[in-house]
Amino acid sequence: MVDVTRRNAIGLSAAALAAMAMAEKAQAQASRITAADATAPRLAIEPGATLRMLRPVRFVAPDEEVFRANCARFTAATGVEVRVDFVGWEDITQQTAVTANTGAGPDVIIGFNEAPHVYTDKLVETTDVAEYLGRRYGGWLPLAQRYGKKHNSNNWIGLPFGASGGPTVWRKSAVNAAGFERPPEDHAGFLDLCRKLKQANKPAGFALGNAVGDGNGFANWLIWSHGGFLVNEDGSVGINSRETIAALTYLKDLYATFIPGTIAWGDISNNRAYAASECWLTSNGVSLYFGLKNDPATRAVAEDTEHTLLPKGLAPFSPMAGLTLNAMVFKHSRFPNAAKALLMFLLEREQYDPWLNANLGYWAHPLENYSASAVWTEDPKVTIFRDTMKSPFWIGYKGPISEGSAAANADYVMVQMCASVASGQATPEAAAREAERRATRFFRRR
Amino acid sequence: MSAVTAAEWIKARRDPSWIVKLFDWKPFLVIVCLLPAVGLLMTFLTYPLGLGIFLAFTDTTIGRRGVWVGLENFEYLLSDPIWRNAVFYSVFYTGIATIGKFGLGLWLALLLNQHMPFKSIIRAIILLPWIVPTVLSAIAFWWIYDPQFSIISYIFVEVLGWRSTNIDFIGTEWPARFSLIVANIWRGIPFVAISLLAGLQTISPSLYEAALLDGSTSWQRFRFITFPMLLPILAIVMTFSIIFTFTDFQLVYAITRGGPVNSTHLLATLAFQRGIAGGELGEGAAIAVSMIPFLVAATLFSYFALARRKWQQGESND
Repeated sequence: MVDVTRRNAIGLSAAALAAMAMAEKAQAQASRITAADATAPRLAIEPGATLRMLRPVRFVAPDEEVFRANCARFTAATGVEVRVDFVGWEDITQQTAVTANTGAGPDVIIGFNEAPHVYTDKLVETTDVAEYLGRRYGGWLPLAQRYGKKHNSNNWIGLPFGASGGPTVWRKSAVNAAGFERPPEDHAGFLDLCRKLKQANKPAGFALGNAVGDGNGFANWLIWSHGGFLVNEDGSVGINSRETIAALTYLKDLYATFIPGTIAWGDISNNRAYAASECWLTSNGVSLYFGLKNDPATRAVAEDTEHTLLPKGLAPFSPMAGLTLNAMVFKHSRFPNAAKALLMFLLEREQYDPWLNANLGYWAHPLENYSASAVWTEDPKVTIFRDTMKSPFWIGYKGPISEGSAAANADYVMVQMCASVASGQATPEAAAREAERRATRFFRRR
Repeated sequence: MSAVTAAEWIKARRDPSWIVKLFDWKPFLVIVCLLPAVGLLMTFLTYPLGLGIFLAFTDTTIGRRGVWVGLENFEYLLSDPIWRNAVFYSVFYTGIATIGKFGLGLWLALLLNQHMPFKSIIRAIILLPWIVPTVLSAIAFWWIYDPQFSIISYIFVEVLGWRSTNIDFIGTEWPARFSLIVANIWRGIPFVAISLLAGLQTISPSLYEAALLDGSTSWQRFRFITFPMLLPILAIVMTFSIIFTFTDFQLVYAITRGGPVNSTHLLATLAFQRGIAGGELGEGAAIAVSMIPFLVAATLFSYFALARRKWQQGESND
């Protein structure tokens, strides 16, 4: 039971007031977002509809407050009661599975990445809503299209709500002292920078341990930026390639410049090492920067911090696949129209822009026109996250999105391939073969 | 008159009702009394265990019902170096940690069995590592072993100046394996020590007195009185300890998550990694099922090797 004391209540209402004030401010800014005239699909909301929604817990407190406020506005506008439950990130996959398999539970779930692709036949298609929103807000960004549409079709099964990326985070002073204005885009230059940082005793460091976010982020960048990939377009495993071996050979040199111990790094380790000025260049979400900025002890570090997209290498676009929020409507819902109307409502500028602003840049928008949002100009160091969803890469690139791509990601197939080469346990050739063996199992036909 | 009374008296003693008869009927009574216990066991033990074993023969994933694939999961595991490594490390971890725990635990128990001031308080303090929730002690060790912020590295590098680099606790294969074993021993000693202490206190002092009169050395007293008298409790404690260690999960998952590069996966952590994190429920279940033979073997070893001494059952030793 939650004990509501008077103090709590005052605190709560103060927070609510602040959130409302923020929402109003942001709504004033929402007019910055241009919207084309487009006819919204006519969704006849079922009489007596009520909705239950599940979504991952917030990064920052205003996220939840604005999201709830937006749902309350939907209730006010349509009379449909909406109950939103916030679920821990680790639990949402399992809860989605139970919901899909039992055909009972929430009407709408905002899951991660591949979720709609795993339960395709259990979902209501949202093509009408997606096409309307795309026409109205300048089109869906590439990552949103990839995660929203069924493979090789224009049928939408998910409605992406945003993505969280992990670009390079670096200390301006150290990089400049090494003779670079910013981290170079090519592999040789990047290696040179890391070597000079090491010489200056201000080393770079990327997670190579069992870290779901950071470890996979780095391993994917390494392989993709060399032109390698885990899966072929037809869904067969393609990791054991010349490009992968080139990438792993490069890693051997690069790893020698890292701060010792990154093989054992978890998701939080690089944040700690960076905050303590032991590691001077890494990759991370925007949370690291805000953590530094909001702590007086590390504010100086935050001021010295810059973000750039990960080096392109041989890829045409910086290789990064943001963690994507992906909303889906279940067929078992008795009120599918109301559910679709709710998601459409939440993605309209009057609701979406305040929510985007409340998230300070933790989540980046899926629709082109939101790049004009105030959140991307308020702090210039956050601007870089604006383009997170422009990435043409996704988890399980370049195969169809499936439970296999999710499992290979969660089982660290790519990370451990890199770690085994970095630590000298395996040659690049052996590591690529081992990754191929493991991935083949995950992507086997059933 | 008396005959009439007798007849009436007999009449008053009516046949017992059907319900009384039913409860007097022994087979029924047995079933009724056992039903709650059997029901609980079936619901919370047999069903999950059975389901786990069933899943091991399917290719179920989180999100999709599987089909029966027979031994396919096990065949794959046999060809999977990661699983073989997990088997090796589980056995190694259990073996070394058990030896460490029992060596140090027995030593501690012998020390605690001496008369000393503040005996009770010291015994209570000894229990602390075991009382603290494992996750908390695991997180403490996670910090102790951190590549950048380890207190031990700090002492050696900054305070004493004996080393110029941080100690590599969990960054390479073998150091990581032993670091985890040390953490497990630290956590397991109190359980062994306190259990053995209880055993020590049941040994009659008159045995020691008799031995002293015969002029025995303290090693002889330990070897021929303490140790044999402790064996029964040693067997029980060791069985439990082996099972707990073999199925350990929290320490490894909190400190290394099975890394670096899967070298410290125990079967339990690998089962979780594949089954829940990776979503391959069938394969995860197969890994969990593959632990059963090892556990049965360990239990049998403890019982037959340590507990089946004839004198313990009232016969003379051969």
